[in-house]
Amino acid sequence: MSDVLAARSQMAVSLAFHIVFAVIGIAMPVLMVLAERRWQRTRDPVYLDLAKRWARGTAVLFAVGAVSGTVLSFELGLLWPRFMELAGPLIGMPFSLEGFAFFTEAIFLGVYLYGWEKVPPRAHLLAGVLIAISGAASGIFVVIANAWMNTPVGFTLVAGAFTNVDPIAAMATPAALPQTLHMILAAYAATGLGVAGIHAFLLLKGRTSAFNRAALTIGLIVGAPAAVLQPVSGDIAARSVARRQPVKLAAAEALYETRAGAPIKVGPGIEIPYALSLLAFHDPHAVVLGLDSVPRDEWPNVPLVHLSFDVMVALGTYMALVGLWAAWLALRKRDLTTRRRFLRAVAIAAPCGFIAIEAGWMVTELGRQPWVIFGVLKTADAVTPMPGLIVPFTAITLLYCGLAVIVGSLLYRQIVRSPA
Amino acid sequence: MLSLADVLAAIILVALTAYVLFGGADFGGGVWDLLASGPRRTQQRDLVAHAIGPVWEANHVWLILAIVLLFTCFPKAFATIAISLHIPLTLMLIGIVLRGSAFVFQSYGGGGGRVFATASLVTPVLLGMCVGAVASGAVGARGAGSVEPFYQAYIAPWLTAFGFAVGLFALACFAFLAAVYLTLEARDAELQEDFRQRAIAAGAAVFAMAVIGLALFPQAPPVNDRVVALTAAAAIGAFWSLWRRRYHLARVAAAGEVTLILLGWGLAQYPYLLPPDLTIAGAAAPRITLELALIAVLGGAVVLFPSLYYLFKVFKAR
Repeated sequence: MSDVLAARSQMAVSLAFHIVFAVIGIAMPVLMVLAERRWQRTRDPVYLDLAKRWARGTAVLFAVGAVSGTVLSFELGLLWPRFMELAGPLIGMPFSLEGFAFFTEAIFLGVYLYGWEKVPPRAHLLAGVLIAISGAASGIFVVIANAWMNTPVGFTLVAGAFTNVDPIAAMATPAALPQTLHMILAAYAATGLGVAGIHAFLLLKGRTSAFNRAALTIGLIVGAPAAVLQPVSGDIAARSVARRQPVKLAAAEALYETRAGAPIKVGPGIEIPYALSLLAFHDPHAVVLGLDSVPRDEWPNVPLVHLSFDVMVALGTYMALVGLWAAWLALRKRDLTTRRRFLRAVAIAAPCGFIAIEAGWMVTELGRQPWVIFGVLKTADAVTPMPGLIVPFTAITLLYCGLAVIVGSLLYRQIVRSPA
Repeated sequence: MLSLADVLAAIILVALTAYVLFGGADFGGGVWDLLASGPRRTQQRDLVAHAIGPVWEANHVWLILAIVLLFTCFPKAFATIAISLHIPLTLMLIGIVLRGSAFVFQSYGGGGGRVFATASLVTPVLLGMCVGAVASGAVGARGAGSVEPFYQAYIAPWLTAFGFAVGLFALACFAFLAAVYLTLEARDAELQEDFRQRAIAAGAAVFAMAVIGLALFPQAPPVNDRVVALTAAAAIGAFWSLWRRRYHLARVAAAGEVTLILLGWGLAQYPYLLPPDLTIAGAAAPRITLELALIAVLGGAVVLFPSLYYLFKVFKAR
């Protein structure tokens, strides 16, 4: 394994691990706040129990997210010092703002988790709202930094160095809006349907407590609308990529040759004519650039990007359909908590959002290769000169595998112990 | 006259100081968890867990803030540090992950107390070794990514007797701060007395490691005499007030002592960020980045300080 590949793998493992916790940290506070608000309004103890149990679970996940995020902020330099030396002055701005947003989140999480008896009810609920806002804000800032790597702006490149740097223009990079929108919706969809799915599963197992019914409902309230909106934001993101990173789109769709009226390949030998041109440019006859538009050594790993893209789209579509089903049942005032076929569909959706998020990040990160800053700096030129990077890669991988097992078993015990 | 870059370097030092005063004490708490002994061993551990619980995550963010400001404002220094100190920083990160996760697993009934305590012992030593490598000039002199044998480039800068002394010094400081703070957290007199004795012992260790560290410093240490005198005064004040059981005063004196130590480090290095060659001005990002970073820090402070005040008022109002 070459050092560049080891560094990339370590970054991938660190991001793939962290993002699960980051996403839950963004969306769980919304669910907690909704449950607590219902408790304060109805005085139904089920909702208080729900808010407290969710808070306990979130505490564990948030802590792991905080420490794995710290690892990433160091790894940017430990693995990619040349990248940070060049890009630090430009993308440091969103990272600094993220630092403060994360600070706010950590402070009010402390108040929320340990302050049930210590602060007045309204202050407690407000702490929850502040966690939700600052959690979303920190997610947005981090994704803006990543968007800049895809569509770098705000500098003039002179002999390998940046001049005329403009961090504000860098933050307003064109990919920022599509990417942040897609990510935040993904966080709510994955977490909301994740929670709803777990409780749908318990309801199917015959544990038809008010607790599980309330949890399912709140999970759907957050997850279903986000899942339904996600294809729209996906369309915006795809059109942005089509214009600004055509090679990434070509890899995602495995389009080797540039052509007008490009189809979408859905399987071996099965094509939807004109679909790709329509999707990418809202015009069935538009020319879509294929991989042949750049030299072979600037291709990403096409099979992997293509597979990841299809997995993301398939799971996202399934979740959107489940969301629509939920909306349909709710509009007709049906009891969602007793329809077995619907519950089964929701239970299946539980892991889908998280798998789709991992796959989506594979598309955007692998699809940008061989560049770390698209069109400016190659990943291989950014890596640290330190040899033997397979050692830290192995260490971090083992560490995170161990943590995943422990977190999984802790949460499993929490869920098993939930009221029947 | 201070330049804009100097101001931002000072802000980074402030963030690091806050990390030491708050986050460092949380690591120190882990040390006392490890060293819990005597008839009140369980109560000691409970007190540590109770004291750290609501605040450790917020305290931890000071480190993230310092590192983010470092790579925003002084990208060249960040790159150099990240290359030369790859190994101790990676080990420190593993320690940070293990400490944080094990603490929260323990709080939520998953075990992991030994891991929490052990990681609390090792991580501060590694942090101190990294600081020692910067302060001694080894990181700056080595330069980033020069073609050298592996040992010379990636191990020699930090694996020194001086680095190890700074590591143990950091550990002693963290344990000292934690013990002093815990005297105010303890609700009963016996427990308070346990931590008073621990604070005095740790304070003595801080003093011993300071002497050893200065003796091992590669050159004549460029220390500021006035800051040294003030640090000594704060240290004596801390011992005196612990002796007389004036715990509020002891807390102020101990925090002051550690703050002055970090200030002394900063002044001794000035105007170098990475001695012996890389100055603050030489490592600084373009002016526009520094201006925006300062605005972000000031804007962030408006949100941060009232929030932090509230957090500590709710949980630490004693």
